[in-house]
Amino acid sequence: MARLTTTLLMATALVATAACSKKRPEVLPPAPGVAPTQGTATGPVDPNGGVTPGSAADFKRSTQGDTVLFGLDQYDIDATARGILDSQAEWLQRYNNVTITIEGHADERGTREYNLALGDRRANAAKNYLAARGIAPSRISVISYGKERPVALGSDEQSWAQNRRAVTVVVGG
Amino acid sequence: MRLRLLLLATLVSTPALAQQVPPAATPLGTGAAPAGQTPPPLEVDVTGGISAPMPIAIPPMPTQAVVQTAAGSTDQLGRQLAEIVSNDLRSSGLFNPLAPGRTRAIAFPEVTAPAFDYWAGSGAQALVQGYIRANGDGTLTVGCYLYDVSAQTQLTRQGFVVPPSDWRRAGHKCADMVYTRLTGEGAYFDSRVVYVSETGPKANRIKRLAIMDQDGANSRFLTTGSSIVLTPRFAPNQQSIVYMSYVGKTPAIYVYDLGSGRQRLVVQNVATTFAPRFSPDGRYILFSMAQAGNTDLYRVPASGGTPQRLTTSPGIDTGGSYSPDGSKIVFESDRSGGQQLYVMNADGSNQQRISFGGGRYATPVWSPRGDLIAFTKIQGAFRIGVMSPSGQGEKLLTNSWQDEGPSWSPNGRVLMFFRQGRGNAGKADLWSVDLTGVNERRVPTPLDGSDPAWGPLRP
Repeated sequence: MARLTTTLLMATALVATAACSKKRPEVLPPAPGVAPTQGTATGPVDPNGGVTPGSAADFKRSTQGDTVLFGLDQYDIDATARGILDSQAEWLQRYNNVTITIEGHADERGTREYNLALGDRRANAAKNYLAARGIAPSRISVISYGKERPVALGSDEQSWAQNRRAVTVVVGG
Repeated sequence: MRLRLLLLATLVSTPALAQQVPPAATPLGTGAAPAGQTPPPLEVDVTGGISAPMPIAIPPMPTQAVVQTAAGSTDQLGRQLAEIVSNDLRSSGLFNPLAPGRTRAIAFPEVTAPAFDYWAGSGAQALVQGYIRANGDGTLTVGCYLYDVSAQTQLTRQGFVVPPSDWRRAGHKCADMVYTRLTGEGAYFDSRVVYVSETGPKANRIKRLAIMDQDGANSRFLTTGSSIVLTPRFAPNQQSIVYMSYVGKTPAIYVYDLGSGRQRLVVQNVATTFAPRFSPDGRYILFSMAQAGNTDLYRVPASGGTPQRLTTSPGIDTGGSYSPDGSKIVFESDRSGGQQLYVMNADGSNQQRISFGGGRYATPVWSPRGDLIAFTKIQGAFRIGVMSPSGQGEKLLTNSWQDEGPSWSPNGRVLMFFRQGRGNAGKADLWSVDLTGVNERRVPTPLDGSDPAWGPLRP
């Protein structure tokens, strides 16, 4: 099991940004200056209709997803999670008055109080990654739900994998 | 662990007879037993998990005059009181109350002059008789007498005066009298449990604080269920409950005052606070605070104030529990990899790991007797276990899919915990198990239940 100190936790996010190309060249994040803003930014009216730019619905539609997943008892941001968070960071830079809450969750295989702490770790791992991508930490609050709010209800590997998550929720802007 | 209760000693112990018997509690005469013989002592013997529950007769408690009270008629209450005593003693696993078909109704004068030959013929070794009387001031008096059937002696007796609303407590106190006299262990039946009542779909459980008697009776809700509530614990004086709530979407610890129903926030902070426990003297609240992904233990004066940080490890330190004298704290930490148990001084100094078995260890709770620490062991499944405060003598007491969060009975002999079922339809409910691991029982609750916290013996 990976043992990461708090200091290392911060470092993880920083490394993910600074040294990403060294460690995992296959998942290069888009360069900060050339964020691909094609599509949604071309016109004032959303072509799909009804979705207000900068809204929660727009966030869901315009990013790779609001949820990143974690391994059992883990809280490191893996390659898939980086791609998702990069797309979130890009959107948040575009709508820079939007504030978010990141909800951290755990599967049912941990004890209640430990899972509250684990959910907090996961939410903060996502927060730190976004902060390292240039999103002001003051725009990001975190909350841990531990194992209290699963999305998948089975008691099997597939369900547990979906429940070990950090979910970004647009709260204001 | 080897648990041996061998008691019910000799009839020489009659000096203790007169204790706590209010004069009004004796219905007839003195009930003095014929002295002289020395019959073999009764034993309540539990060895290595093989128990031999003592056969005990508990006939309905007669009343001299049938009176309607706020709790019901006295003859009806007398029957129910005998059932309460019977259920309590049976739940301990140490007694085998005679089935109702093998007892008979007794007349009022018989309470102090038992038909020993009849009860000997029924197979009972011990006999509990009592009576109920409605007093002029609206209170109830319940007399409770314990007899050794083969020795034909009275072992002890007590009288209890209770308001009608507390009539069940008289039954629990009678059962406590019998249990303590025959086992030498501390009382625990006259106690309450605070827990989380659960209902609704798994993805969106509605959780309410609830309080009930130890046997599941008198369950009532304390919160409405509009916010998630978790992990309640009694204050030592039982006048308040500390717990965690998501009210306002800011998870934090609150104190609920049972008298006024008011709640107050304990720590004003932006960070998440959880896992609250009172210190044994009630002066402090031990809790966990998660900040930037790191969780440590803190304590704060119960009245509020500035938290004092007790641990500084970069891992998750949580689930603290004070030793009964308040000098030490056992807690869980994943600083070494997975969750393990550690003991430290109450000021945070001298942190020592005590659990070294395979798997992870969580939710440690120090026994009120000080001799054991109960925990949840995670090895795929969750199981309830105990070990000594130095980590020796680990024993697992349950074997189910997910048993979590043990809480000690006031006498340190029984643990209550919650059992989670698997999958979409999996529900949580409350269970108890004694230290032999043999006597495992479901604790009845009106809805589903989790996070039980067993309170002290009631004053």
